[in-house]
Amino acid sequence: MINLPISIDAIIPEITLACGAMFLLIIGALSKRIITNTLSYAAVLLLIFTFFLLVSLNWDTSISMNGFFVMDSFAGLIKSAVLLSMAGVLALSTGYMKREEIVAFEYPILVLLSTLGMMVMVSANDLLSLYIGLELQSLALYVLATIRRNSLRSAEAGIKYFVLGALSSGMILFGSSIIYGFAGTTNFTAIAEAFSANPDMKLGLSMGLVFLLSGLAFKISAAPFHMWTPDVYEGAPTSVTALFAIVPKLAALALMMRIFCEPFMGLQDMWVQILWVLSVASMLVGAFAALTQENIKRLLAYSSIGNVGYALIGIIVGGTGGLGATLYYFLIYMAMTAGTFGIIMSLRREGASLEKIESLEGMSKTHPVQAYVLAILMFSMSGIPPMAGFFGKLFIFESAIAGGYIYLAVLGVVSSVVAAYYYLRIIKVMFFDEQVEELQYETNVPRDAVIIVSILIITGLVLMPEPLLIMTQNATASLF
Amino acid sequence: MEIGLMHFLTLAALLFTMGVFGIFLNRKNVIIILMSVELMLLAVNINFVAFSAYLDDLHGQVFAMFVLTVAAAEAAIGLAILVTFFRIRGSIAVNDIANMKG
Repeated sequence: MINLPISIDAIIPEITLACGAMFLLIIGALSKRIITNTLSYAAVLLLIFTFFLLVSLNWDTSISMNGFFVMDSFAGLIKSAVLLSMAGVLALSTGYMKREEIVAFEYPILVLLSTLGMMVMVSANDLLSLYIGLELQSLALYVLATIRRNSLRSAEAGIKYFVLGALSSGMILFGSSIIYGFAGTTNFTAIAEAFSANPDMKLGLSMGLVFLLSGLAFKISAAPFHMWTPDVYEGAPTSVTALFAIVPKLAALALMMRIFCEPFMGLQDMWVQILWVLSVASMLVGAFAALTQENIKRLLAYSSIGNVGYALIGIIVGGTGGLGATLYYFLIYMAMTAGTFGIIMSLRREGASLEKIESLEGMSKTHPVQAYVLAILMFSMSGIPPMAGFFGKLFIFESAIAGGYIYLAVLGVVSSVVAAYYYLRIIKVMFFDEQVEELQYETNVPRDAVIIVSILIITGLVLMPEPLLIMTQNATASLF
Repeated sequence: MEIGLMHFLTLAALLFTMGVFGIFLNRKNVIIILMSVELMLLAVNINFVAFSAYLDDLHGQVFAMFVLTVAAAEAAIGLAILVTFFRIRGSIAVNDIANMKG
């Protein structure tokens, strides 16, 4: 073994992913032919390899790289979920990108780089590593939103995402600078120590925290910072939209959990109020604004805003119960969204990709299996028992009631009843409306595999909801 | 009059506010938005360097160097996206970025 002055054991997965991404970039740039598909499969393999490296690590809490990087079972679980879902997203998108003739070989590499950014974010133990991880993720995602270079809507989505993303990064930075000024350090552990030694800095720290939090609210698209979401979801190519909907929010939520539980635990009374507003606003926007949407991607954008609202309830409640319920809920949400996007990407009408909800008319007659799969996913999304989505919501509301936040639980139930309308409307359109135009379902092996895995997760969790919940609760226990 | 920490912080806060308002109030040109973003990040840098000098701690200056680097990358990506948009739309007026609504 080489003797290094610092231990790099904990960041071996990140180093592997970074080197692999750069290696694939060189291959792609030097290759004479267009090898987007080959690179995509190589990227999936790289993600799975990194996942195995991560699993083989020691998940006991350890802080390395001069306090910049923390590895614990929480980071381990989130990073595993990020890696596997990114592999799933790449598997979903290969067929779609080929069909839509988006031949940029950079696509899988940008996905890998944003994964790397998310992994750094999840393991950040310093405001600087938080910022670097967040930017690496965001910069890759800005380009991904614009990847269809001949489409006006894609370019527009890119500009909107970039401007509001840059604004939110600026807010996060301004907050970081204030926190640094008052606490005298950027390290999470040291901030917590400085605050408990000197509670006078509460005003300054909470000012910094407000900026930090509003920047992060942009990233998780919590209302009232959600303006970019519907436009970006609609404009970006559907495979990129799937990525936006599934992965980055998990990383940003995990980051929020870490900064609330470590450096800012002492300010709990402050941030709980802010999160309260964000959560209620997101649930209501997600429920009501989606009612009039005709575009499936916009609908799913509002649905994701609402789901972030539910997820925030668990963070407000706090403790292993609340955070565990949030993680559980969000992991199920990711599986459901992956399946839904898989079906949408496979469907075509008049040779064009599906965009409108009414295009699903009469799908149950021509494609009964796919219609039933989508129906299961929609039932699960709206939280109807016995689907997995029901258990996700059940655990969240249970923890809210146990923590004394009865109003939040009531508001959550009300908004999920309202939201059930638009999920059930999709089922109604599929099963009870007359078909006008022929729908085609395009088979693609990796994509269908992802859909099957997502259905298996949803139905499997119906039979045994407990093991995953215990897993998420144990993981969050390492935060305290 | 001696120039102290407070003056630097006020300057940074003013510049940051100008940047934020520049993004939201500007109705003309996307380039101005990019300039506003840059202004915000530079205001943050003033904050970091001022605090660093005040606290006699190097972390803030290291942070400022990182912010500078990332800001350059961010500007490059922003301009690239803008060029893509201009090629298709033939305009970079803010009012023309409104094909999707709802």
